[in-house]
Amino acid sequence: MKHTMKLGLAAALAIAGATATASAQAPKTLDTVKQRGSLNCGVGTGLAGFGQPDDKGAWTGLDVDFCRAIAAAVFNDPQKVTFKPLSAKERFTALQSGEIDVLARNSTWTISRDSSLGLAFVATNYYDGQGFMVKKSLNVKSAKELKGASVCVQTGTTTELNLADFFRSNKLDYKPVVFEKNDEVVAAYDANRCDAFTTDASGLYAERLRMKNPDENIVLPEIISKEPLAPAVRQGDSQWFTIVRWVHFAMLNAEELGVTQKNVDEMLASANPDVKRMLGKEGEFGKGIGLENDWVVRIVKAVGNYGESYERNVGSGSRLKIDRGLNKQWSQGGLQYAPPIR
Amino acid sequence: MVDVTLAPTMRRPEKIYSAKATTDTRLLVLAPVAMVLTELVLGWLRGAYLTPGATTDGAVRSMFSYDATSLITLGTVLAFFVGHLAPVNWLRDNLFSSVGNAVMTLFGLILIYGMLSGLFGFSVSHATWTGDNGEACRPNSGACWPMVHAKFAQFMYGRYPDGERWRVNLTYFLAAIGLVPLMIPRVPYKLQNAIFVFGVFPIIAFFLLVGGVPGLPHVATEYWGGLLVTLVVASVGITASFPLGIMLALGRRSRMPLVRWASVTFIEFVRGVPLITVLFMASVMLPLFLPPGWNIDKLLRALVGVALFAAAYMAETIRGGLQAIPRGQFEAADAIGLNYRQKMSMIVLPQALKLVIPGIVNTFIGLFKDTSLVLIIGLFDLLGIVQQNNTDQKWLAPTNAMTGYLFAGFIFWIFCFGMSRYSAFVERNLSSNEKR
Repeated sequence: MKHTMKLGLAAALAIAGATATASAQAPKTLDTVKQRGSLNCGVGTGLAGFGQPDDKGAWTGLDVDFCRAIAAAVFNDPQKVTFKPLSAKERFTALQSGEIDVLARNSTWTISRDSSLGLAFVATNYYDGQGFMVKKSLNVKSAKELKGASVCVQTGTTTELNLADFFRSNKLDYKPVVFEKNDEVVAAYDANRCDAFTTDASGLYAERLRMKNPDENIVLPEIISKEPLAPAVRQGDSQWFTIVRWVHFAMLNAEELGVTQKNVDEMLASANPDVKRMLGKEGEFGKGIGLENDWVVRIVKAVGNYGESYERNVGSGSRLKIDRGLNKQWSQGGLQYAPPIR
Repeated sequence: MVDVTLAPTMRRPEKIYSAKATTDTRLLVLAPVAMVLTELVLGWLRGAYLTPGATTDGAVRSMFSYDATSLITLGTVLAFFVGHLAPVNWLRDNLFSSVGNAVMTLFGLILIYGMLSGLFGFSVSHATWTGDNGEACRPNSGACWPMVHAKFAQFMYGRYPDGERWRVNLTYFLAAIGLVPLMIPRVPYKLQNAIFVFGVFPIIAFFLLVGGVPGLPHVATEYWGGLLVTLVVASVGITASFPLGIMLALGRRSRMPLVRWASVTFIEFVRGVPLITVLFMASVMLPLFLPPGWNIDKLLRALVGVALFAAAYMAETIRGGLQAIPRGQFEAADAIGLNYRQKMSMIVLPQALKLVIPGIVNTFIGLFKDTSLVLIIGLFDLLGIVQQNNTDQKWLAPTNAMTGYLFAGFIFWIFCFGMSRYSAFVERNLSSNEKR
């Protein structure tokens, strides 16, 4: 017993991923979820617009909607989700150990996480990236005009490194004003101690609301780093991986084909073959991935299509008012592109 | 009963010191409390003039300036207490006895005024009292109280289901019924009372809070949060660590090598590792060792960790008390033929524990505040749930984060200050018994 404990400790300390793959040889996730009667969804400890509590304590947000969509597809009930708030440090272990079935917690998709951690990122549900915020009075329209500017940034983060890279590659000089805590960075910028403030674009919009006069600040169009935020599942269960991935694609396809929470019932009678296939009137596509054929109808009824979820949580329907930008449909000039359901 | 009186010479200086200290602290405590109350009443009166959505700032400025109000309040309150408690002589003797002291007094008063007026400015005069979202709080530089109002239930119960919250309240009520008479020395039936609080109540509380019996649906601990988690972790930690600590302290002084070494190893191991590390290990590493599908409740992990931790610190505090008991007391107990249990429970521990009350309470208060560390394993105590709600976009505003922290700090202060005052009362009470 003692021996096995020691072995376990050594292995776990060496590489968390090594033990993870060993412990992931569990029964099929879909069966486990169905048997349990609810989806265990790992969310963050609070991020405006992505996973945050409302006044009653219910979870709302883009990532939260994604979990509700999976629950709707599996159970036809978006409430059958148990949200497990996870800190940044414990999120991957929780997935490896089977405590959660899916991690929807604004995690950046990188090759090291895909390989060594034993995770499988399903699809990018939000294209984020580092941006700049400046005061309107500065009359700056682009980050390239920030020559000689002082920039408030949190120290010890990749944000700080990206900032240095950006200015060096554009041969601009700048003065970094670094702080330990994010709150300090925001306060310093709000107190005019620097010309610009940089962090992930989604964060800029949330922090703007904390400023005394949000309207006097603008977010510049340049995005200087790639932060594809993607939900993840455990490696080694391709059925579950496919389901989770296609829940995202279903929400995108619904938006592309104009199926909304409101008109989904009317759309059932649509003559468009794409809509017919998507809503389960033709073919056995839902059954093919282990769900029911009306899976997309369930999803759209529960949380709406991707565009609706976006606007409600982070876009025009929210206080954040984040521009769709890269998250527009491919047909609108964005990066969100879903393979067809056929 | 055996007489446990200490020599009078050992007691006297301490006695004088404590009597003096009490008067002073009372004054220091009552004055700000009275000020808070006055300001609250003033704030409420001002609020009464306002229509919903309007801001306090403008209305107050139109009546009279905020600084003047605060100054008047401060002056009145100070004049009342100083005038009420002591004549001018007292002022001269204690505050203005020399030029240096007078300067210090004035400096102190300015400092106090600066801090208090800042606090009241933020929490009362410049605060927002009504509103539906963060935008209502933006114009004012003070606290965003409607946010706390909207989220108050969440701060208290976390995500505990709405319809089941009466169970939490009933638990609090039962705890109060048990604890209040236990804490008042004059109330009789202490033994029965203690059996209820430490034997019966935990079982009732467990079934009330967790449920899973007919009539009480199961409420998983991940729905618990806010003050409920803080109180559960702290009270379980406190109740479990005290007896464990006594056993460990006695074990460490035991003549049996096995017991002694076990106690020493435990205490030194626990004191050698930070609590945050143990909680972190329990939440990140433990799940990897367990077979898939196994899952130990997070709250339980935290409870065990916190209780064992507090026990080790408690043991060392109590050992300090044991070492202060003169050898003669042990020998006297042996001489009248008491066995180990009788000797410890009737002679040594009563004296030792009394000596280390400040240390014990210190550990309890530290433990109460350490409960916030459960945040790192994804449990949301009062501070955690406040932080989490700071991200709610509906209430994002310049001051909402500070308001949340102020509220959490105030609640923590009430509990910790209450504990420290009660311990002072117990000490006084025990010393007065000694006079007989």
